[in-house]
Amino acid sequence: MCTTCGCGQPNSVAHGHSHDHDHDHDHSHGHDHAHDHDHGHSHDHGEGPLGAVHDPTVSRARIVQIEEDILSANNRYATANRRLLAERGVYAVNVVSSPGSGKTTLLVRTIEMLKERFPVSVVEGDQQTEFDAERIRATGAHATQVNTGKGCHLDAHMVGHALDNLDPAEGGVLFIENVGNLICPAAFDLGEAIKAVVLSVTEGEDKPLKYPDMFFEAGLMIVTKIDLLPHLTFDVERCIDYARRVNPDLQVLRLSATTGEGMEDWCDWIARRRDATLEAQKRSARAIA
Amino acid sequence: MNPGSSACRAMTAALLRRRETAPLHEMSLCEGVLRILQEQARVQDYSRVLKVTLEIGELSCAVPESMELCFEAVTRGTLAEGATLEIVRTPGEAWCQDCQIAVPMKERISPCPHCGGFRMKVQSGDSMRVQQLEVD
Repeated sequence: MCTTCGCGQPNSVAHGHSHDHDHDHDHSHGHDHAHDHDHGHSHDHGEGPLGAVHDPTVSRARIVQIEEDILSANNRYATANRRLLAERGVYAVNVVSSPGSGKTTLLVRTIEMLKERFPVSVVEGDQQTEFDAERIRATGAHATQVNTGKGCHLDAHMVGHALDNLDPAEGGVLFIENVGNLICPAAFDLGEAIKAVVLSVTEGEDKPLKYPDMFFEAGLMIVTKIDLLPHLTFDVERCIDYARRVNPDLQVLRLSATTGEGMEDWCDWIARRRDATLEAQKRSARAIA
Repeated sequence: MNPGSSACRAMTAALLRRRETAPLHEMSLCEGVLRILQEQARVQDYSRVLKVTLEIGELSCAVPESMELCFEAVTRGTLAEGATLEIVRTPGEAWCQDCQIAVPMKERISPCPHCGGFRMKVQSGDSMRVQQLEVD
């Protein structure tokens, strides 16, 4: 039984599909008061699936106020993930980008530079294949692959299962490499501390204006492949200006995973936040004790 | 392809006819809506949903036309099959940090209509909520 949600899924298998959660209750929700309000519209009860059993003369049709966020279920899982990560003092980065921006290459180089300093683990999201998780495991880091199948993004439920499987070490860093897609992952909180959007200079510098939701949700933009700039017309300053139109508080780093330029700054950026996360966890543990 | 365009609608409709999951976050959002309808059915004691009213902010990530197509696909064979979907659009509003006033915002990349600047904080119009249901 899954400890994340009780969905019946074994903990050891990450997966990319949703479940219905049926609960048996032994109490009833019957209510015996009458609803005698009028409702000023008619329904065609003759054609629908329940037409045969529905008697319009005893209709109990009524209006129910809900006011619930469509993403509330995802957000509950995200909150649980965030709590687990905070309890372990793990700093989590949700890495998002278009396909082909070099996310996995960046992570491989990053892990090689950081793995002597603290534990690094990775959740890899792709529609299909284990290729990326295998590339990460080759560095010695722990990685769990989540295949979303037809899905275009990771959600917090999938990541919760991946965390059960990954069991991230205390005081470490977790990278969640999302499905390559600049649209859908913007809406789904996974429980991360920050979304980092990777934009390679072989893409258009106007991407922040074309896909503003993602740049709005991100806290950090990483401009990658800067070793290629001499061969391109990509204007980094204009790109940053566009991104900050959408998100004035966006932090920006520039690097090349190939030449290593900017990689020290990026690794220091991660290490500072990891230290702060671990410190917060220790303070919280002391407060409880 | 422009979300909401006729070409996009046609592609989405074709995908749904083939009973494949459309590569759209609107599919996941509609699964979220269905889940709320099913949870509420137990709490509020109803067996059928006749109408769903959603609030989809102009600055949210959901395209209303895609929501309609995905809602129909997701609710097929459920307590909400055939239910009417009403989408209420709430306008975007942002706070201009330079002018220190609230201004309307049509899109996330829109400048302040007063100063032309971009130091804007979204205040409302980015929500996606189930507002009310008509149930039986």
